[in-house]
Amino acid sequence: MAEVHLTIDARDVLAREGATILDACRRLQVDTPTLCQLDNLTPVNVCRVCVVELEGSRVLVPACSRRVEEGMKIQTDSPRVRHSRRLVLEMLASSVDMSLTSPEVQGWMRRYGAEPSRFGKVATVAKPVKIDNELYVRDYSRCILCYKCVEACGVDAQNTFAIGVAGRGFDAHISTEFDVGLPDSACVYCGNCIGVCPTGALMFKSEYDMRSAGTWDESRQTVTETVCPYCGVGCMLELHVQDNSIVKVTSPLDNTVTSGHLCVKGRFGFEFVQRRGPKS
Amino acid sequence: MDGLLGAPEPAHHHVAHGGRITRTQRHLLLPVLHAIQDRVGWVSRGALEYACRRLSIPPAEAYGVVSFYARFAHKPRGEVVVHVCDDIVCQLAGVDAPEGARRVPCLGLCDRAPAALTERFGPVYEAVQTAHPPFRYPGSKLLRRIGVVEPESIESYREHGGFAALKRALEMGPAAIIRAVTDAGLLGRGGAAFPTGRKWQSVADQPVRPHYLVCNADESEPGTFKDRVLLENDPFALVEGMAIAAFATGCEKGYVYVRDEYPLARQRVASAIKQAREHGYLDIDVEVRRGAGAYICGEETALFNSIEGKRGEPRNKPPFPVQVGLFGKPTLPNNVETLVNVLDIVNGEFGDTRLFCVSGHVLRPGVYEVAMGTPLRSLVELAGGLPPGRTMQAVLLGGAAGSFLTPDQIDVPLSFEGVRAIGATLGSGAVMVFDDTADMKQVLLRIARFFRDESCGQCVPCRVGTRRQEEILERMLASSNGDGRADVMLLSDIAQAMRDASICGLGQTAANAIASGLTQLKVLNG
Repeated sequence: MAEVHLTIDARDVLAREGATILDACRRLQVDTPTLCQLDNLTPVNVCRVCVVELEGSRVLVPACSRRVEEGMKIQTDSPRVRHSRRLVLEMLASSVDMSLTSPEVQGWMRRYGAEPSRFGKVATVAKPVKIDNELYVRDYSRCILCYKCVEACGVDAQNTFAIGVAGRGFDAHISTEFDVGLPDSACVYCGNCIGVCPTGALMFKSEYDMRSAGTWDESRQTVTETVCPYCGVGCMLELHVQDNSIVKVTSPLDNTVTSGHLCVKGRFGFEFVQRRGPKS
Repeated sequence: MDGLLGAPEPAHHHVAHGGRITRTQRHLLLPVLHAIQDRVGWVSRGALEYACRRLSIPPAEAYGVVSFYARFAHKPRGEVVVHVCDDIVCQLAGVDAPEGARRVPCLGLCDRAPAALTERFGPVYEAVQTAHPPFRYPGSKLLRRIGVVEPESIESYREHGGFAALKRALEMGPAAIIRAVTDAGLLGRGGAAFPTGRKWQSVADQPVRPHYLVCNADESEPGTFKDRVLLENDPFALVEGMAIAAFATGCEKGYVYVRDEYPLARQRVASAIKQAREHGYLDIDVEVRRGAGAYICGEETALFNSIEGKRGEPRNKPPFPVQVGLFGKPTLPNNVETLVNVLDIVNGEFGDTRLFCVSGHVLRPGVYEVAMGTPLRSLVELAGGLPPGRTMQAVLLGGAAGSFLTPDQIDVPLSFEGVRAIGATLGSGAVMVFDDTADMKQVLLRIARFFRDESCGQCVPCRVGTRRQEEILERMLASSNGDGRADVMLLSDIAQAMRDASICGLGQTAANAIASGLTQLKVLNG
């Protein structure tokens, strides 16, 4: 396959034709913040936190989706790049509850000196938590509108199309048709939207209940890898276990069978293992 | 709905063809939503679900589309809805909104302010614009037929020299037409000023078929109404320009995307297309598509998404529309005024004039055609100057995405280079004049509100940035202590991130007017 030469932060790098700038950055181990990008989803380049400076371009370009071209000269840590990354993180954190994002995200906030409080008293996207089924909850006060759940529900994984982006501008939000509850929507409870959510806006009901009760403690959890017992596909499962109870099920993104995606049985059908719930 | 789509496909047919026919109609979502709303005034869940079944669209996605466009209602309402413009120019003229009226951004009737649009839903849908009567538009080239030609008669258009350019173009052949457009140095008139000849050449060179021609008539920049005047009064000129463009670049299908707020323009263009087809002047199918109240759909890639029946969210570039545009095919998007300019180029009469929409505090607001490089002062004088006894406070050049000029900059030559030298842009040709009585704080706040309302919400810098910009501006202008330095700094930080990191031109320019207003005008206390 043809290779493309480019420079990133004055270092030469070879990238495969068709690769993105982000791929090339990773090859050089340049840590690039991303929020809406995930290796198993089509890039939507909406969060703009991965922007880099490309020589000859009037505006910054998103590393996650811009393809490499011969002779590109890219800066990933120029004042303009740092400024935009900082502002994106600040603006998000000033409108969304980002307390459950990964330690990586918290690290980027520190690295770029994000101070969300400097905007003063401003509008947020806070709204009541949606609990309308036994399997998962939706807390859109934590939603950064990265479109990942919509993609996972749509053509990138599940092809169910139960949710979409509704409204526009600051009021844009993830919604079912006419905002009906999940039981009245096309949702099949595969939970793949939870699997890709980077902020904890979508969460297992079991995790939500334990967090509310103050019993959620990741330091006491173990992860056991196994294969789903239901059908013959052989999806790899990671069982997150706390106090001898399964509290959450995931699958690794790089697993060749699942690409991180599961179905309702693999994701939620573990009650028979532990016989929780009402005693007979 | 069935009137538009035809009778539903029989089930056995649907199965036999794998639902392919249904799926190819997905792009008809907006026309279908309009059909529903025109009849009953809103889009109910039942109607939307039927539409989804007919077009094979997931309901959640279709709901996303309905809730994106300001003109679609998803709650019941009366059979008459009044939209009253409360944008910059109408605000100067005094907004008088009756009870129950919706306040909306610029209706493109700034020369006749204050303006309103009344919709009557029912078996016969009606949309009526109300505003003062217009002034006659003097102009030697692009405007020469305005008020002279009968807009709905192809005979009248022919009597006034119509279709001479098309005849000549057919003799010249595609390569020579494109060369002529390139040599004339025509720059796009929609706001971005991209060289038209280069765009045409790129589309003509694309091996992928079909090529699409899209006329962008979604003129929604506040203070801009030149395309409306052309569409309403000389629609055949646009049709002729499109025929030439399609011939030169090998386009097999055309669209005219007209904003929903221009019912008369839409009707006249549709009638002109029909007549031109019947008389053999137009050999490709050209469809008139109706916007649904979204400024962002004037951005070319958002416009493509809208024609495809999706939310008007801009796409990331590259790839550019000339390679991957409407339905993923090479597409030529051109503004109305740009296409009308082509007639004179082909006829060898190109004079590089430009249409300006002068509004606000002048005696004769209207569209004026002047040579490139004409001083702003002459243009304002042409429009009758300011009312007696008033002095000029500022001019907003280029609409909400433009910038403010002060009276000492009034001699700037109106050319791309001339205004660039003072850090401004001609944009879409909007020239809003403010005299000493104008409350510039209100003007700035209206601009901030406009961008907050019109941001599509896709990317963070624009979605949150336009909101923060409005909030901070509000608190600065309300504050009386005079120490707004921290807030000025914040606004400039937000502006830079919006300019650098937004996906499209809306976000990239959403801070321009406010930044220039804060430095050029005396709006801060203390």
